[in-house]
Amino acid sequence: MVNRTSYQTVFLFRFFLKRERVKLLIWILSFLIMTLSVAIAFTGLYQNEQERAAMAETMQNPAMAALVGQGYGLDNYTDGAMLAHQMLLMTAVVVAIMNIILVVNLTRGDEEEGMLEMIRALPIGRLAPTHAVVLVIGCTNIALAGVIAAGLSLLNIASIDVLGSLLYGSVLGATGLFFASVTLLFAQLANNTRASLMLSFIVLGIAYFVRAIGDAGNNTISWFSPLGLVLGAEVFVNNYWWPILFTLFLSGCLYAVALYLNFTRDMGVGFLPSRIGKQHASRWLQSPLGLALRLQRLPLICWVIGMFVIGASYGSVLGDLDTFFQQNEVLKQMLASDQDEAITEQFLSMLMVIMAIIATVPVVMTLMKVKSEEKKQRIEHLLARAVSRTKLLGSYVVIAFGTSVVMLLVAVSGLASTGLAVLAIDTTFATLVQAMLVYLPALWVMIGLSVLLVGVAPKVTALSWFYILFTFVVVYLGQLLDFPTWMASLSPFAHIPELPMEMLRYKPLIVLTMLAVGLTFIGFLTMNKRDVNR
Amino acid sequence: MTIMKVSNLRKDFGAFTALDGVDIEVKQGEVYGFIGPNGAGKSTTIRILLGLLQATSGEVKIFGKNAWTDAVAIHKRLAYVPGDVNLWPNLTGGEVIDIFLRMRGKTIDREKRDALIKKFDFDPTKKCRTYSKGNRQKVALIAAFAADADLYILDEPTSGLDPLMERVFQSCVEEAKQAGASIFLSSHILSEVEQLCDRVGIIRQGKIIETGTLAELRYLTSTQLMVETKQLLTNLATYPGIHDIDQEGNVSRFKVDSDQLDAVMQHVSSFGITKLESMPPTLEDLFIRHYEKTGDDGGER
Repeated sequence: MVNRTSYQTVFLFRFFLKRERVKLLIWILSFLIMTLSVAIAFTGLYQNEQERAAMAETMQNPAMAALVGQGYGLDNYTDGAMLAHQMLLMTAVVVAIMNIILVVNLTRGDEEEGMLEMIRALPIGRLAPTHAVVLVIGCTNIALAGVIAAGLSLLNIASIDVLGSLLYGSVLGATGLFFASVTLLFAQLANNTRASLMLSFIVLGIAYFVRAIGDAGNNTISWFSPLGLVLGAEVFVNNYWWPILFTLFLSGCLYAVALYLNFTRDMGVGFLPSRIGKQHASRWLQSPLGLALRLQRLPLICWVIGMFVIGASYGSVLGDLDTFFQQNEVLKQMLASDQDEAITEQFLSMLMVIMAIIATVPVVMTLMKVKSEEKKQRIEHLLARAVSRTKLLGSYVVIAFGTSVVMLLVAVSGLASTGLAVLAIDTTFATLVQAMLVYLPALWVMIGLSVLLVGVAPKVTALSWFYILFTFVVVYLGQLLDFPTWMASLSPFAHIPELPMEMLRYKPLIVLTMLAVGLTFIGFLTMNKRDVNR
Repeated sequence: MTIMKVSNLRKDFGAFTALDGVDIEVKQGEVYGFIGPNGAGKSTTIRILLGLLQATSGEVKIFGKNAWTDAVAIHKRLAYVPGDVNLWPNLTGGEVIDIFLRMRGKTIDREKRDALIKKFDFDPTKKCRTYSKGNRQKVALIAAFAADADLYILDEPTSGLDPLMERVFQSCVEEAKQAGASIFLSSHILSEVEQLCDRVGIIRQGKIIETGTLAELRYLTSTQLMVETKQLLTNLATYPGIHDIDQEGNVSRFKVDSDQLDAVMQHVSSFGITKLESMPPTLEDLFIRHYEKTGDDGGER
């Protein structure tokens, strides 16, 4: 009995479940709240068949199909069909992300941290940890599917029936299990945590884009993507179950292969060959600036691609703007205007501010890196050598500054690449660029604030994130939720002239830039006066 | 010539006093051993020496400059090896060594670097995430000894090294000393300190409780003796400064304080010594004696 490879699986399962319970609960509840609130919002927004049919019309362009997936039942666009069309793919992608992160952390993550070594030294079967992880993931996805199915059917919306709700939940659960199996496989093939994480995300990315290409044109291609496959269930329209069963079968096969590899693999190694690294640091890497940039290279590249995609997807809807607006009650309310001629400009202005706020995330991230480097006791390597604190912090500030310019330029280029040709109003690329770059001083204020926090209160640098969230809420939802104006004015973004709708005014830009410089200066001053890592 | 001088150093973390009046002096060409239990304030002291923490009061001078305000100037002539070496997981060991060397503001002595990599039997082409504790320590050691510094600050540098590599480390220290550099070595491994250090300072609960050359410190402790006498040895216990007496017939084992050695030996010799073995006091005896005196090991850092 003791020599079984699965010995003590149940014990480990309970241990993992206990360890991860808060995380799992938050994930599942977030999915539930998101799905239910959108379903409720749809029924409130589109109250009759005409409105829904008009919405279906705007959703029928290839750009939309590439973005949110192929629409099923567009000729009878019920609330259910709308929910499955507009929400299911996005939710499934996030479920896949959750599964990838969970599986990597529980398998390769534990292995790299040395926790698996401790467990395997106990009287525990060789495959028991892997079995236990699969059980945890299985239960999580089943629970997620069940909770979503129950929640949706309890809403009592005519077109969202029990069977469809069950399928809706199952699509999410099956997608989750599939990507969990993919990740489990890469956790065996790759030889470290990061590589298995990256490879799994690449598979997810390919799955999304293959489906996007297929959905935009040749529909057959979509079936080769696991995401296209599960959407083929045509939830709330035809309710096919076979894509779910087929996905589960594929997941099972992947799991079997992963298990076999896991059984034959030595701990701490993988099957993919590891490249021999460089003997010497390049000249560029030998400077504090080069080092700081190298450490953030990958996330920054991802953000550049991400900002372009965000810009391009916003640009793709610009062409159908008129129909889009007439149907979208939420957007109409946000823009608070009825004049048709101004509405495009206003929409553009809104896109600019949203993209600017999103671009703040990578900018602030580069400065948060100083804090994490300090916490991991790695800035000491530099400070104990002939690198001053000013130079160290300065190299991160330079990167943040560069990031702010690059991110905005990339976002507006993405927007122009798909939007400029179809835009109804007479606009040039230069106008769009100006409308975007005018937000730079607001981004610089965020840089200043982050530098200040790093200097004054390194323990609460996370406040920067809350401030971004606050800004997003007051700027994006401010008009919809009818916030008082003074609240919006607490955000630097509210003071930027909204081009192309408004005229360019220099005064607020100068004031914000001065504020940013001031905050940054105080940040440097305090950084030079405080204890490191205390 | 004094390279490093710490006078009356005090460091408070809120209400907790981590260092309370620490005095250290390191002269040129000297290896200074800095020993003490966990949480005694060794790392705090080193972090102040490096200008990472600011002293609450007292003076810290290295090369005659202020450790806090002139940190960068000092660090150009200094090399540091931390106890816990955390490296960037996605850079290779070779890259990190180069970065560390260049961050001192000087060009890299390739020859010395490569010689040390060979000496420490280190593979610089692997990513840091794959290195064990010992290998990460090698990265820091190679970067330090390839740097040609005037002062080496080493914080428990050998805790992850195997005995073979420990010997390589010791030869590096000897070489640096021969070249006229000073070494400030914080360590748990007392045999290492005994072998390498000219002078030793013992810190406990934020205070230096003992400092001096090994010979001076040995005088403060006791010698272990084994004597075999013709007649049965009596009245040993009446002498002050004798402990741990263990007698089996004519063979007696005991410890005697250095300042009582003369009187005790005169007493013992009157019984007719046939055999005598003496073991010099080790640093460990000294260390343990100090901690047994008051028992507890002090607070956290």
